[in-house]
Amino acid sequence: MEFAKAPGLTKRWGEFAIETIIRVLGLSSIGFVVMIFLFLLREGLPTFWEIPLNNLLGTRWYPTFDYFGAVPLVLGSVLVTLLAIVIALPLGLATAVFVREIAPPWAREILKPVIEVLAGIPSVVLGFFGMTLVAPLVREVLGAPTGLTAFTGALLLAYMALPTMISVAEDALDTVPKSYRDAGLSMGATQWQTIWRVVVPAARSGVVTAVMLGMGRAIGETMAVMMVTGNAARLPLSLDSLFRPVRTMTATIAAEMGEVAQGSTHYHALFGLGIILFALTFVINLAAAATIFKKRRRGGLR
Amino acid sequence: MTQPSPTVKVRFDQVTYSYGAAPALQNITLDVYANTITVFFGPAGSGKTTALRLINRLNDLAEGARLSGRLLLDGQDIYARNADVSALRRRVGMVFALPLPLPGTIRENVTYGPRLAGLRDHARLAELTERSLIQAALWNEVKDRLDDPATALSGGQQQRLCIARSLALEPEVLLLDEPTSGLDPISTARVEESLFQLKSHYTIIIVPHSIQQAARVADWAAFFLKGEMIECQEGTALFTTPHDQRTEDYITGRFG
Repeated sequence: MEFAKAPGLTKRWGEFAIETIIRVLGLSSIGFVVMIFLFLLREGLPTFWEIPLNNLLGTRWYPTFDYFGAVPLVLGSVLVTLLAIVIALPLGLATAVFVREIAPPWAREILKPVIEVLAGIPSVVLGFFGMTLVAPLVREVLGAPTGLTAFTGALLLAYMALPTMISVAEDALDTVPKSYRDAGLSMGATQWQTIWRVVVPAARSGVVTAVMLGMGRAIGETMAVMMVTGNAARLPLSLDSLFRPVRTMTATIAAEMGEVAQGSTHYHALFGLGIILFALTFVINLAAAATIFKKRRRGGLR
Repeated sequence: MTQPSPTVKVRFDQVTYSYGAAPALQNITLDVYANTITVFFGPAGSGKTTALRLINRLNDLAEGARLSGRLLLDGQDIYARNADVSALRRRVGMVFALPLPLPGTIRENVTYGPRLAGLRDHARLAELTERSLIQAALWNEVKDRLDDPATALSGGQQQRLCIARSLALEPEVLLLDEPTSGLDPISTARVEESLFQLKSHYTIIIVPHSIQQAARVADWAAFFLKGEMIECQEGTALFTTPHDQRTEDYITGRFG
């Protein structure tokens, strides 16, 4: 009788222990996020009362002379990121469609791992590649005074965002049931029409997610961007500023954090940039979630 | 009995079809007459669905598929080298086992095919929408909410929407692959009802989801078994006095 009882009891204890461990691990990841966020706020928030608002919203970032105008940096990040997505979206979507819908099975077997390897290239290596190959090319082809421009950075970022975008978009296409393709074809659609007017719209929310993930990767990327964008904190307002140096928030933080006195205004200002970056990413994700939700309710097909 | 000399709409002429090693269809010879309901029935894996899908070339997608013999629509070879597959599929519509509304509104679903084919005229699209929905016996239920998402409809309504979507292309032949397998008896009755009305305009080939349904709707019935067509005759005859022992065994439920 005792023998019969024991295993049940052990099992219950084991179950309990495992559940507890899983719960603690799960909660701790939330805890870490909260702690990082609080730390960021503690170090960064003082910026907003140490530095007068008109200085913060100024167009000049010269910390040594107490100019902390963050606008060029924010716009720099936004410009490079948006440009990168504009370049990466058509390429990424087309590649995903090719891999999933058009490529013969043997080509798919080769392409998928190759694309995943792309994601693993360290960004310093890409940055080096950008400095030595892409930047001179941009300078010569466009006749710009320097090859270290927003456009060069966007090219590299697009390249870095591509593997993520392709994988996620391809997974999204993969979840579209075969019957959708049959339905499209049986209405006399060509393969091309079926892909663009049935399959891709059906996978729309996944494609939006892919873009957002790519964007998240792009806006937070530091090293490659720092190496190829020239890092001049100027206001990128005119069209030709695409082909002039810019400086992003990430590059600023990375470049200046090492030589700043802890607790100084400059130090707080860099964390302030971190908060802005965090807020931007948060808004992007929120916007993505909202579009997905809205479209799902409307169920519209373009 | 039917008219003295019925027109042959679709003809299988010694069709053998295979993907992989074993043939999925073996030497099928069969005529489908215009403006009738022809039933392809048989146990699972008998080749009935394959035969159906061959008629609008949906099996072109399968890897390593081979076809011999000829498949004729109005006497023309469907698989001729210069045949236009899209045009064929507009002439031969298909409705699938599971109702599959495309993402979008009811109206967008119905006008999908015509818009793909390049029709832009709003008045004409509206007219097609109304006529197709009436033919599919769905108009009265949805006429006031054509711009609602198609996914808001019930399963039975969605399936009739899919029928309407096929009809909007004004096909000549309508293929239905177990169109009522996911539906309740009342919805099934509605769909069958609309089929009877449709056959005056269309040639209908259906893979039914039960023998009872086969017997209810068939003008002509073809019994498939293991990739062969065992026999084909008028529905009433086949279901009362089958020629072949295997057909009789199947319809009396001795195997299935």
